[in-house]
Amino acid sequence: MPIMTPLAITAYTATTALGCGLDAQLDALRHARSGLRPNDFGNGALPCWIGRVDGVEDSALAADHATWDCRNNRLAWLGLQQDDFLAKVRVARERYGADRIALILGTSTASIGATEEAYRRLDATGDFAQDPRHPEVHAPHSLAAFVTAALSLEGPCMTVSTACSSSAKVFASAERMLRLGLIDAAVVGGVDTLCDSVLFGFNALELVSAEPCRPFDATRNGISIGEAAGFALLERADIAPEAPRLLGYGEASDAHHMSTPHPQGLGAELALRDALARAGLAAEQVDYINLHGTASLKNDEVEAALIERTFPAGTRASSTKGFTGHTLGAAGIVEAAIALLAIEHGFIPGNLGGSAPDPVCGPQFAWRNEQRRVDVALSNSFGFGGNNACLVFARSGFSA
Amino acid sequence: MSALRVCVEGVGLWSPQLGNFAALQALLCGTAPPPPPARPAAATLPPNERRRAPESVLLAVEVAGQAVAMSGHDAATLACVFASSHGDQATTDYMCRTLAQAPAELSPTRFHNSVHNAPAGYWTIATGCHAPSTAVAAQHASFGAGLLEAVTLALSDQRPVLLVCSDTAGSGPLRKVTGCTQSFGCALLLSPTPGEATLARLALSLTPLHVATPLPEPLARWSNTNASAAALPLLALLAGGLGCCELRAAATLGLHIELENIA
Repeated sequence: MPIMTPLAITAYTATTALGCGLDAQLDALRHARSGLRPNDFGNGALPCWIGRVDGVEDSALAADHATWDCRNNRLAWLGLQQDDFLAKVRVARERYGADRIALILGTSTASIGATEEAYRRLDATGDFAQDPRHPEVHAPHSLAAFVTAALSLEGPCMTVSTACSSSAKVFASAERMLRLGLIDAAVVGGVDTLCDSVLFGFNALELVSAEPCRPFDATRNGISIGEAAGFALLERADIAPEAPRLLGYGEASDAHHMSTPHPQGLGAELALRDALARAGLAAEQVDYINLHGTASLKNDEVEAALIERTFPAGTRASSTKGFTGHTLGAAGIVEAAIALLAIEHGFIPGNLGGSAPDPVCGPQFAWRNEQRRVDVALSNSFGFGGNNACLVFARSGFSA
Repeated sequence: MSALRVCVEGVGLWSPQLGNFAALQALLCGTAPPPPPARPAAATLPPNERRRAPESVLLAVEVAGQAVAMSGHDAATLACVFASSHGDQATTDYMCRTLAQAPAELSPTRFHNSVHNAPAGYWTIATGCHAPSTAVAAQHASFGAGLLEAVTLALSDQRPVLLVCSDTAGSGPLRKVTGCTQSFGCALLLSPTPGEATLARLALSLTPLHVATPLPEPLARWSNTNASAAALPLLALLAGGLGCCELRAAATLGLHIELENIA
């Protein structure tokens, strides 16, 4: 595997239950303040905790984008307005041209919430009631189609939908297009919103906890579902000498089961090894790993064992899903943003919710916040269908 | 940007009228091929999985299996890209109907089958494939966007890649919204370098405006019945031998494809 030419991350942002934008994420992480709340979404019928973003309903789209209106695109629009992201994309568009910037977004359910709603109010003939919205709102590409219009981009535009690894894999697709010269920059990211499909779906699989989720805790009993939006702008490294770097990525398949991870974490380990090889790094050089850590019994057991057998005691690792909930198709970009914050601020977020650590967890786990320099940070994302991704980020100027 | 060049080493195809790529070739030569059985055989799946799998999975696995068999590659080592505009529409219809009426009765199996990467999951499980797999969508540009993803993966990592693009017919009220009135699936085995199984080489470049390639009947009619049937201009080109076509790669972006002679 040849070593990848690092790319610059010239802008990034995240909006989660912790608040809108990076400052809100950092503040909540520093104060160990969870964004989870008792379920108040929809009819709130399921007794569980959720990571809901405040203000989504009030984030009206611009009038000329009204046909794309739905809760998921409102969250996308709210997320795009944070951290000067719109202005930074505009600068890139002026520099390269709209057709030289790709838009690649991950989502698990896109705007299925709008389709659920349409089914709740079918007309007398059993068809969708009259609706001024674009029919494409009822398709997986709804998010990317709206965002490409909102950002006035005209380059390659694609939705990646591999369940909970979706918005990690977008970095890999963008890197390949940049490497081959198809584009000069890429906007990547992902958005998923709370909807009945995932709340009742994960509940049917008996994977939802009635309490706030407790990743890697010995008594964990399931996930808390969250929603989030996050975006990043990728450009060639020479354009931004000070910007943090994407050093590598790895992708692999479990070939085991549709909704249960491989018992030895085979696909996760292959993705991790692929990522380290592309980055030209040894495991010892990794300072922090943001874990997938969903608080499901199986995921955490398999992932903790992988960390224990791969990394030295000095590498720090934690799941931040106790803060945000599991934001599904947006988890990759949210946790990439947290890994980048760890590098930028020399700050390792503690594994919130793990008050009685599972004995399978090694010394790498950061159970509480730590202040320490981070040069290299990884982010793990694993999805249904045995779909695994791992991202490697580094401080600008870091050399292996 | 110079053109991206990849070799095609296998083609899979399934619709209610065409059971494989040879049927398309026969049709274009003036012979009416016999229609395939009502349900794709999807022989790559073990029998118990074949019974459980939703139609979208059977369709994708059927065309994937055809393309891989034609190429002679080992499926276990192939990176794969599964594109679909709408995913499994029968499952989406079931989910939304159940959630509107009795949400607590939602089936856990149908929920995990509802993920867009269900075909990629079933395929990698059935073939023991640990290589990278992905699932993408781009509305009516799903084939073009999926092709771009597969080609960039094949060229950047210098490995053969399986591309599948498929959509099932719509179900329930969703059918009128998606406009998919019949199933269509196709697959290409793409390799960065020519080999014994190479059928043709493609030279692909992005163009700012999409100009639709005209198709003969009945292909033109079929191409309006399913989002994935946007692949038909390229499939017809591969069946015919030489020439060029243009596909949609995004809402405002075309993908110009020249079929090159490698002899």
